[in-house]
Order: sequence, then C-alpha cells, then structure tokens
Amino acid sequence: MIHNMLTIADKQLRSRLIVGTGKFSSNEIMIQAHEASGAEMVTVAIRRINIKDRSKESLLDHIDLNAYTILPNTAGCYTADEAIRVAHLSRELGLSNWIKLEVIGDERTLLPDNEALLEATRVLVKEDFIVLPYVNDDPVTCRKLEDVGASAVMPLGAPIGSGLGIQNPINIRIIKESAHVPVIVDAGVGTPSDAAIAMELGADAVLMNTGIASAQDPVAMAKAMRLAVEAGHLGYVAGRIPKKMHASASSPLKDIVGR
Amino acid sequence: MDFTLNGDPFKVLEPLSFTQLLAQLEIDPRQVAIEHNLLIVKRAAYDSTIINEGDEVEIVRFVGGG
Repeated sequence: MIHNMLTIADKQLRSRLIVGTGKFSSNEIMIQAHEASGAEMVTVAIRRINIKDRSKESLLDHIDLNAYTILPNTAGCYTADEAIRVAHLSRELGLSNWIKLEVIGDERTLLPDNEALLEATRVLVKEDFIVLPYVNDDPVTCRKLEDVGASAVMPLGAPIGSGLGIQNPINIRIIKESAHVPVIVDAGVGTPSDAAIAMELGADAVLMNTGIASAQDPVAMAKAMRLAVEAGHLGYVAGRIPKKMHASASSPLKDIVGR
Repeated sequence: MDFTLNGDPFKVLEPLSFTQLLAQLEIDPRQVAIEHNLLIVKRAAYDSTIINEGDEVEIVRFVGGG
C-alpha cells in the first residue's frame, strides 16, 4: 500500500513505477508485464514508418489508453534541435504534450548531453510541453533543469540498459534533497533491490524498461519491481534507523538468567 | 517527380496532397504525424498541403521504447 500519490505537473499517479514498451518479446508479454507492474504511465518512442515493409499493427493497439498515460520520449536524439523536432512530432500524434526528453551525448554510454538538454528543455517549456528530462546523476544540472521549468528530473541510476544499479546513491540523495519537482530514477535498474534502493534514497518514482522487458520472465519481474518500488518508498517514508558502529541489543539487558 | 520520404528518395507522378500520399501508402492518418520541410503539418491541413519536387517529408508513429 502506498499512502500518498505521486504528482507530476497536473497528473496524479498511484503507482511510482513507470515502465517502457521496448524490447518485449511479444505484445502479449508486454501487456501482461504492464498489468503486473501496476504502472499507470508507459513510455513510447517515435520513429519513421517503414515505407517498404509496413506492418498494419500499431503499438497503440496493444496499450489500453484508458488505463495508461503515454509518455513519449526523444530517444536517439543527439542534438537539442533533433529532440525538439521529435517532441513536435510527438505532440502532433495527438496523445500528449508530455515529453521524456533525451539528448544523448555519447553513443557508447548513451549518457546525456547536459548543455543540449538544458537548451531543449528551455525551448520546449516555453512551448507548453510538460518536460521530463533524462539527466546525469548531477545535482547541479538537475537544479538548472528545474530552474528552466522541467516538471520532473530523471537522473540515471546507471547507463541505459546496463542493469548496473544505482551507481551514485549519494548524488541521488542530494538531488532529492534539493529538488522541488519529482525525482524519477531513470535507467540502470536491473534488480528489484536496485529499485528499492532508489526509492529508499527518496526518489519519487523509478522508470525502467530493459530490467523488466529483458528479464527471463518479464511478467514476474514486473511484479517484483512493483513490490520493490512500494517497499522502498514505504521504507523511505517510514524513516530508517541511523547506522551505528556497534551493536545495540534488542532484548532487555536486565534480569538475564544466571547473571 | 521526386521528393524525400523518411530519408529515402520517393517517386510520384505529380505533386500530391498528404491525404493522397497517405491513401497511396495505405496509412491511417490517425496513427501518424508528419513533418514537411521541417514544419509540422496539422491533420486538418493534410488535404490542402501539397508535396512538391525536392520536398523533405517525415512520417512517424509511436513504437516501443523506454
């Protein structure tokens, strides 16, 4: 049970897990995994239609638009201009003025280009987009993105698809402490414990795709991630005990038999 | 005449509207968005917007992604 809702811009969500629609072995598995995840928001990409070999099937035939909010991304864009173009096309597809803004700076690591990301965020916010930038786990850049109007910041836990987990937990914590918009850990989550750690650090939500879609059993992993996100969030809200150097007995120290 | 469609050369007999192009390609207009020489074409303008020789056209849709 999650006792409070996640609010991003004007939208309220019960689930703090946002999932992708890529890399699933079949649409049927994707549908089941989405259900098992409890997610209410799913990401999609924008690509050219294939003129020569066009399947009549649309991704949207497999997503219940009454159950899920669509969060389109600008994945694959390497400049602010490209990302802005894709955002315009995305809005024209008619489902959302929300955009998961990705501007990639390096092919091997797919790490974000902070400068271009800031520029694109600035432009798109002025055009009334709800901008959720995918950003390095850098508190300064996150603050700048918030200053130019990002509706959330989405620091990476580790590179996209790497499954390395939260590589810089201190930064995620600092980002959360400074942010006035939701902090969504996006990318790098490989296991339920990774997701729980992100939430225990104070993240408002976790976004993942590969961790679920490429698991051996994506539907079971989706459920595991759902439970982990809930557990981690509750643990954060509950307030953990401080770490101590030495033991602290749990049972009374008085009246022990024979002493 | 030739224009560029999604990065590749595309041949048609004469200038045509986006409504005509989508019909020729058997594409449901509700499932795509179109950019014409770097400008978005609104769906309401598919009938009235004409593709000419040398134009650059992008037609996109949603696909799976993260």
